[in-house]
Amino acid sequence: MGLLLSVLEQGMIYAIMALGVYITYKILDFPDLTVDGSFPLGAAITAVLIRNGVNPFLILPICFVAGGLIGILTGLIHVKLKVRDLLSGIIMMTALYTVNLRIAGKANVPFYTSETIFDNRIVNTLIPDSLADYRTVIVMLVLMLLMKYLLDWYMKTKSGMLLRAVGDNDTLVTSLGIDKGLVKIVGLSIANALVTLSGGIFAQQQRFFDVSSGTGTVVIGLASVIIGTSLLKNITFIRVTSSVVIGSLLYKGCVALAIRFGLQASDMKLVTAVLFLIILVISMDRKKKVSANA
Amino acid sequence: MLEIKNIYKTYLPGTVSEHALFRDFSLSIENGEFVSVVGSNGSGKTSLLNIICGSIDIDQGQILVGGKEITKQKDFYRHRTIGRVYQDPAKGTCPSMTILENMAMADNKGKSYNLGRGVNKSRISYYKELLQPLNLGLEDKLHTKVGLLSGGQRQALALLMATMTPIDFLILDEHTAALDPKTAEIIMELTDQVVRAKDVTTIMVTHNLRYAVEYGTRLLMMHEGNVILDKAGAEKENLTTDSLMKIFNEISVECGN
Repeated sequence: MGLLLSVLEQGMIYAIMALGVYITYKILDFPDLTVDGSFPLGAAITAVLIRNGVNPFLILPICFVAGGLIGILTGLIHVKLKVRDLLSGIIMMTALYTVNLRIAGKANVPFYTSETIFDNRIVNTLIPDSLADYRTVIVMLVLMLLMKYLLDWYMKTKSGMLLRAVGDNDTLVTSLGIDKGLVKIVGLSIANALVTLSGGIFAQQQRFFDVSSGTGTVVIGLASVIIGTSLLKNITFIRVTSSVVIGSLLYKGCVALAIRFGLQASDMKLVTAVLFLIILVISMDRKKKVSANA
Repeated sequence: MLEIKNIYKTYLPGTVSEHALFRDFSLSIENGEFVSVVGSNGSGKTSLLNIICGSIDIDQGQILVGGKEITKQKDFYRHRTIGRVYQDPAKGTCPSMTILENMAMADNKGKSYNLGRGVNKSRISYYKELLQPLNLGLEDKLHTKVGLLSGGQRQALALLMATMTPIDFLILDEHTAALDPKTAEIIMELTDQVVRAKDVTTIMVTHNLRYAVEYGTRLLMMHEGNVILDKAGAEKENLTTDSLMKIFNEISVECGN
């Protein structure tokens, strides 16, 4: 039961990050490595603000905005300075490592005794002590669904439709009299806003900031997106955003199982990499079959 | 009126493949003209369209619309008053979005793409009215993804989308070349109807000499970055596909094809 709860908690926290990666990787076709820096950015901001007594709920929109700004920077580097997509992300990721250290002050910042969004007077009153074990899952479910529905709503707005169009056929966006570079920047901004928010929530759940917590985030995000979208692509009534969330839960489930069967926590990155490789190969294999049959 | 004044364009300058396409090239097109442009590969037809639309930069010269210089304007900005249909039917539409979503996006051209609802439900009947005359049954497939449509259906939709909002110029870049002969005929007929109904200044590049002769009010033949034939009005009326073919063969023979 504890294992299932922890998979659900972590899966839903990372699902918000995966929604961001979905925007860059699937919609914009932009493998954005900024994520490895913008995820711990959320954690660093959260650690500092919580230790300074800021309301934990207020920290969430702050993380979101900070991530949005970081995404704009990545976008500007790519669009205006014409640096390749992968390199723009690497530059930002590397720079953010220092920025995150500067914000947090040191490599590890714990905040065990402070209130968090999962443990405070309001939540503890609303959710009785008999359900104390489920507090994190319940709060997370609400937050995750909120972000998912917000993204669903955005994708149906005029601005959201342009974002979908730019990844699909950017010539059309130009034909509509819109600067496609600007649309890409908007997309990167929203994506990193989600990632930084996810990093902030992750820190609140762990009650800990660790500067290296971001390493491999993008791989987890990509794995979740690819598992979700390729496993569920034939089920039309499930929205893509929901597939991504399910992908994230499945991915965390796989990792939990791997650890259950004797792997150490220190093996995590290797497990992540191998799992991602397997997923990539399987999903490419399916693609080949489709084109062979076509 | 569109004026192209003394433009120069060299591809790959400073390399062994350096190629000067336009040298002191000028052309003016009056409002309401429907200009067909023909010419062999590499004659500069598509480059001309790209220069008008701002998709490629020029080295020297000026482009004016209604007396106002647009040479420095970015491509996306120029497209606000230009409708463009490409040779590749996939370029004029978004394959992963539905017909309805595609039309709604085109319908909003010139306005802000803000956080308002992307698809305005009250416009659906208007979209159906636009699709009906195509006789392709698209009006019953509004929720179908455009990627599932045939090339001809997509091109018809692209043409509608390009001309939905008020535009100064319609640019057609070999827009029937990728279609089968029958579909090409339908799209060409549709193009003519749209151009007449909207009375929009149109520039059409085509490899089909018959279309160039039958449609439009003016015909240009290009060769190595120059206009070698420019017929309008009665002169254009008297042109036949055969006479055009003869001239075309002469220039092709000259350059050894």
